[in-house]
Amino acid sequence: MITFIVNGKEQTVEVIPGTPLLWVLRDNLGLTGTKFGCGMAQCGACTVHVDGNAIRSCITPIEAVSGKKVTTIEGLSQDTGHPLQKAWIAQDVPQCGYCQSGQIMAAAALLAQNPNPTDADIDEAMSGNICRCGTYQRIRSAIHQAAKMMKEGGR
Amino acid sequence: MNQPTGITRRDFFKVGLVAGGGWVLGFYLPRGEGVWSEAATESATTFAPNAWIRITPDGTVTVMLHKSEMGQGIMTSLPMLVAEELEADWKTIRPEFAPADEAYFTWITPTFGAQFTGGSRSIRGSWETLLKAGAVAREMLIAAAAETWGVEAKTCRAENGEVTHPASGKRASYGSLVSKAATVPVPKEVTLKDPKDYKFIGKRMPRVDTVSKVNGSAEFGIDVKVPGMLVATVLRCPVFGGKLAGYDDSKTKTIPGVKQVVPISSGIAVVAGGYWPAKLGLEALQVQWDEGEHAQLSSEKIREEFKKASEQAGAVARREGDALHMLAVVGKTVEAVYEVPFLAHATMEPMNCTAHVREDGCDIWAPTQAQTGTQQTAAKITGLPAESIRVHTTLLGGGFGRRFEIDFVADAVEISKAVKAPVKVIWSREEDMRHGFYRPATYNVLKAGIDGKGNLVAWTHRIVGPSILSRVFPDRIKDGIDNSSVEGAANIPYSIPHMYVDYVMKNTGVPVGFWRSVGSSQNAFITESFIDEIAAAVGKDPYEFRLELLTKAPRHKRVLELAASKAGWGQPLPEGRYRGIAVAESFGSFVAEVAEVSVDKGGQVRVHRVVCAVDCGKYVNPDTIEAQMQGGIVYGLTAALKGEITIENGRVKQSNFHDYEMLRMEEMPVIEVYLVESQEAPGGIGEPGVPPIAPAVTNAIFAATGKRIRKLPIRAEDLKKA
Repeated sequence: MITFIVNGKEQTVEVIPGTPLLWVLRDNLGLTGTKFGCGMAQCGACTVHVDGNAIRSCITPIEAVSGKKVTTIEGLSQDTGHPLQKAWIAQDVPQCGYCQSGQIMAAAALLAQNPNPTDADIDEAMSGNICRCGTYQRIRSAIHQAAKMMKEGGR
Repeated sequence: MNQPTGITRRDFFKVGLVAGGGWVLGFYLPRGEGVWSEAATESATTFAPNAWIRITPDGTVTVMLHKSEMGQGIMTSLPMLVAEELEADWKTIRPEFAPADEAYFTWITPTFGAQFTGGSRSIRGSWETLLKAGAVAREMLIAAAAETWGVEAKTCRAENGEVTHPASGKRASYGSLVSKAATVPVPKEVTLKDPKDYKFIGKRMPRVDTVSKVNGSAEFGIDVKVPGMLVATVLRCPVFGGKLAGYDDSKTKTIPGVKQVVPISSGIAVVAGGYWPAKLGLEALQVQWDEGEHAQLSSEKIREEFKKASEQAGAVARREGDALHMLAVVGKTVEAVYEVPFLAHATMEPMNCTAHVREDGCDIWAPTQAQTGTQQTAAKITGLPAESIRVHTTLLGGGFGRRFEIDFVADAVEISKAVKAPVKVIWSREEDMRHGFYRPATYNVLKAGIDGKGNLVAWTHRIVGPSILSRVFPDRIKDGIDNSSVEGAANIPYSIPHMYVDYVMKNTGVPVGFWRSVGSSQNAFITESFIDEIAAAVGKDPYEFRLELLTKAPRHKRVLELAASKAGWGQPLPEGRYRGIAVAESFGSFVAEVAEVSVDKGGQVRVHRVVCAVDCGKYVNPDTIEAQMQGGIVYGLTAALKGEITIENGRVKQSNFHDYEMLRMEEMPVIEVYLVESQEAPGGIGEPGVPPIAPAVTNAIFAATGKRIRKLPIRAEDLKKA
């Protein structure tokens, strides 16, 4: 039995030892916003926050988050109101949308640590997240927009 | 415009039934928590004038989507077409994926049709139909209001979800008119709007699917959950065409959560309570394969076969004048061999499908580009009549042609049939990578003849490669020509008096399929590189040289000029940067791209900027066009810089994103997209951004290094400075 906090709520699960956090979120807790892309930390579609840091849930065994705070895309905001979500909507970033939960979670961790990222900072923080539809230009632009919103008094 | 336009039976296949009073399709809608269940069929108070539109008393206008949403924006752009002629209030529009039904067929020929998404056809194939669908509904709502008010229909007008009678000031919302509208006759012809009066078409509209895609609520195929559902994962023989010979599942069955091991026609499946136990179960399985006839196949052997086959004449795809003779007599020739590899689609969402086979029917929830194919596949496997098989199309986490195939659907149906429960099958990334339908590898021999004045007078191009249509639509192979193999080569736009393009079909055992922009994806690279070689051979600027040869291709010329001018062609660049240019028509749209590239001492290529000009005729949502051009450029750039599927011992060597790499944020060029205003017929937009990028980049590499890339992907070791 593993107990941890997901999006502010305590959860206890009993799964095969070593089960990746990704599949606990998706199959046990029904939080399907976090996506399976590669299973080996190559694509970033499964990115969530553990104690505020962006991690790849597809290679994170559930034991590693015991007692920790996990935030998924569903818990990023109550009302789709995170500045990144607002900026993503304003710029219509997603195409197919499959990678976007991971993109936004990676970007949210970046902005939490670096509220005013340069293009080089964005390259470094976001290059672990693949978008096969090629939305990178809009992602970059939306991160800058969100950073600006936060500076101007958004959340 | 403003001319009345007739309604054909094919516009609304079931219009007669509708007029006959009430038309019921089974609609199945997602309800809460990702559980899909049966929704009420239409009530008597729903106004459903045709297969595309349903209006309820609360004013909601449901637009049925006969195309799949895989990122190309149809959830927004198709309803824009309907809303335009319906004069709807955009806030009331609710898109819904249509069930599999002949009413939603796209007709490739008068007798051959299917419900599918592909060929960049969603807008251009639906334009008239959806405009008419909206106009018919509008006229019926006007007629209903006029009848209610006892006035002439022509004195009423429709606007923003209401019918008004200006003379009396009367107004009625569409919702209030549905009962009456359902009783008025369907008009035989309707008048479409003058484009200058468009409120939606041609304007940037925010995508209706964006919010769900930024808060995790969007439901892709992999997210489907139905009561009692099990999860399976599958293994196919690593060698193409191999079969299951035997297996030992004793270890698999000890894994908690594993329910059953099921041999299926494509291989073997492990069924469990969730994906992780299923995957562990599959890893624990001892499997013996009969590897079949392709166990010795390799990329090198395929290349040798192609090379040998290139010495024989192929089926003629284009012949003008006598190019072979001219090559023998002209003063100067240029010759080159171009090669491209197999490529995987690598959609971000791995292949998956959910099926529930019962004795009396079957439900399928699939991220599919092929609703008819899905339905027929399930009918064949289950023996059930097609009409008892309900196809629920989910969002697609990328398609690019891969989800036109039905292999993953067959898996789910076979497994559900065997275990007698709803089953979601999810492929691992490795299965997805190793069991695709790959973009054909090809081998190309090109020759050009230049006369004494430096004019390009002869062009020959022999394409050797596997055929997609010979598997998918064998009836569409005509005289040895697979059009999808020669598109982008047989139709090059340049005025050359002597042309000869032929095709040697050489199937290899590696499955091939439609890959974003299909034949043009490689043929534009080949032909637009070769034309650049010829320009260099005659000492001309590659842009000016193309312009001289585009005398009969005004739309190519226009985008080429626009891209060159926006890119500053001919003007100085920062040190170390070089430009390359290319132009191609595909799927009815014309695209030119200029790439700005640098190559470092180690041979590493960096693409800094891409300027893209597109003429896709009339268009719906300009924001989507910009996005699709950006996406197509990234897709084509990824292929040019990184993409290669190699075969060894009949197996795909690559397995995941570490060895089949994708372009990433740090490598992303700045892309500028310029749209040509045009009243030409609408062209495609999902694919045409892809073809010009590889040659624009390789032509820039030539400008930078003097080295001509004739084999993709581009390799740093080939460009390293000595």
